[in-house]
Amino acid sequence: MFSQSRHEDLFTYQSITHYHADLLSGATTCVAAVQHYLKNIDQKRHLNAYLQVYDVEALQLAAKLDAQRAAGKPLGKLHGVVIALKDVICYKDHPVSAASKILGNFTSIYSATAVERLLAEEAIIIGNTNCDEFAMGSTNENSAHGSVLNAIDESRVPGGSSGGAAVAVQAALCMVSLGSDTGGSVRQPADFCGIVGLKPTYGRISRFGLIAYASSFDQIGIFANNVPDVARTLETIAGPDEFDSTVATEEVPAYSAAIDSKPTSLRIAYFKEALESPALDEEIRTNIFGLIDKLRADGHTVEAVDFEYLDYIVPTYYVLTTAEASSNLSRFDGVKYGYRTPDVEKKDLSLTDFYKTSRSDGFGWEVKRRIMLGTFVLSAGYYDAYFTKAQQVRQLLVEKTNMVFNQFDALILPTAPTTAFQLGEKMDDPIAMYLADIFTVFSNLTGIPGISIPLFWHSNGMPYGLQIMTNRFRELYLLQLSQQWMLQYRFAG
Amino acid sequence: MEGNGTFFKLFLFGMEVNDALVENLAKLARLQFNEAEKEIIKHDLQRMIHFVDKLNELDTAGVEPLLHMSDNVNVLRDDKVKGSVSREEAVKNAPGTDGTFFKVPKVIRKNEA
Repeated sequence: MFSQSRHEDLFTYQSITHYHADLLSGATTCVAAVQHYLKNIDQKRHLNAYLQVYDVEALQLAAKLDAQRAAGKPLGKLHGVVIALKDVICYKDHPVSAASKILGNFTSIYSATAVERLLAEEAIIIGNTNCDEFAMGSTNENSAHGSVLNAIDESRVPGGSSGGAAVAVQAALCMVSLGSDTGGSVRQPADFCGIVGLKPTYGRISRFGLIAYASSFDQIGIFANNVPDVARTLETIAGPDEFDSTVATEEVPAYSAAIDSKPTSLRIAYFKEALESPALDEEIRTNIFGLIDKLRADGHTVEAVDFEYLDYIVPTYYVLTTAEASSNLSRFDGVKYGYRTPDVEKKDLSLTDFYKTSRSDGFGWEVKRRIMLGTFVLSAGYYDAYFTKAQQVRQLLVEKTNMVFNQFDALILPTAPTTAFQLGEKMDDPIAMYLADIFTVFSNLTGIPGISIPLFWHSNGMPYGLQIMTNRFRELYLLQLSQQWMLQYRFAG
Repeated sequence: MEGNGTFFKLFLFGMEVNDALVENLAKLARLQFNEAEKEIIKHDLQRMIHFVDKLNELDTAGVEPLLHMSDNVNVLRDDKVKGSVSREEAVKNAPGTDGTFFKVPKVIRKNEA
């Protein structure tokens, strides 16, 4: 993918399995891998994917791992795997800012459980990546650190909010990255960038150390070039955690060992209203119907299911997530950490004005807009009409989901209505931006796992994905299906 | 008449977002907006509220609101002191500290007594 430099960078990356085989045979080293990615990161700096690059410590750890391997120590599950984190995931003694001015000088004092587990399996954290402020956005243009560019077409956005993490994998700036997905923030950028992006079941991965946006929606998600890498990362970071009581005690299967077993003939559903939506790009619609024909020809049952709630899912999502955000973001007060308005003494601010000034200067516009809407739906006189109403709709959506998975093994949808937008295209219109999430918010509202796999190329030169969802905690099945379909139906372009 | 008028207006145009509402929400959210920003947030809120007003079309009578995403009930642990951070770590990121406490502006003022 990249032209050879004069420094003999012979490193190529296919998958963790191949990389480990190459490490064991002596064909490559962890140091060579880290050097390769550092070189790529340097060459692709203008994409603005990374906020911090931990070059020195990544090289040190790589050298240590190479020495351990040479001494005969067995390989950790993610031995030497070069991983980037979204700037909402805490890593002890490293900066994390949620791409916000309000956390501009913040250094984590502990690591997220997911990060602890990556490190315990010998992963190398190479840096943290740009995103929309507090993960609020679908284009990565709402960042205090500027926009991220899509590496396939630099006039386009990478999607959001985990745009930097997606581009880090897309542009070969790391092997795997972690993002977070509250309404599609892993699946949609994966779709826009032509890579794999998984949002697991709510409660599969600990949220400890993930900066909260909307706690009943947020899940850490995984970006990779292929499904087996996602499976291996998931089995490393998933599972119960004493620091997050919402994590399920459900057993974590050995996803990567079972990934190649082929699901036989399946019953697959799609939402009729979604595939018939006028908002859906014609070519995407045609190609997904084409895929449905192929699935049928290959012995699967594919049926349209009525989904009468399509027009209500994004409004429900915005009522509930902004309510949770307005509460979660109340912790940013300029006292315990984060941005504090300057000259407090000189201006003789009262405590309340001190809070207001610090918060108003520290948060960006989209964040303030969502805090205001969230405050509105939770305020006296409007609570029942908006917040309770949305919780009732969420209940209806969960019931609908249970009905679908009583009859079907999987649900397929487009990941997004269009391919990647032009930079600036959606900036002026919050509603147009919110509707970009129309096919992804469903799985966050209902807690089910969803994945975007890069099956297609559009005639406009951009890739796009197919979104697959299964019932809660059926990730194994979801990953097996994804692996199979990637091998069978991926359009070479 | 008055009630019907309000209902008609709500139904057709959604909530009307006025200055008083914006000011009250800003107060509750501990945010402030200057005059120019106030006009923009008023417009934005109007549009966002109109957008979520769509939920009124759905009949949800008798539906229990969904309160928890997780099936876990009463997740307990042993009552042992652990997992806390040291004072040094706790104040490490504080914008104003004397090393022991967080510093804030004077809360009780003489001239307000």
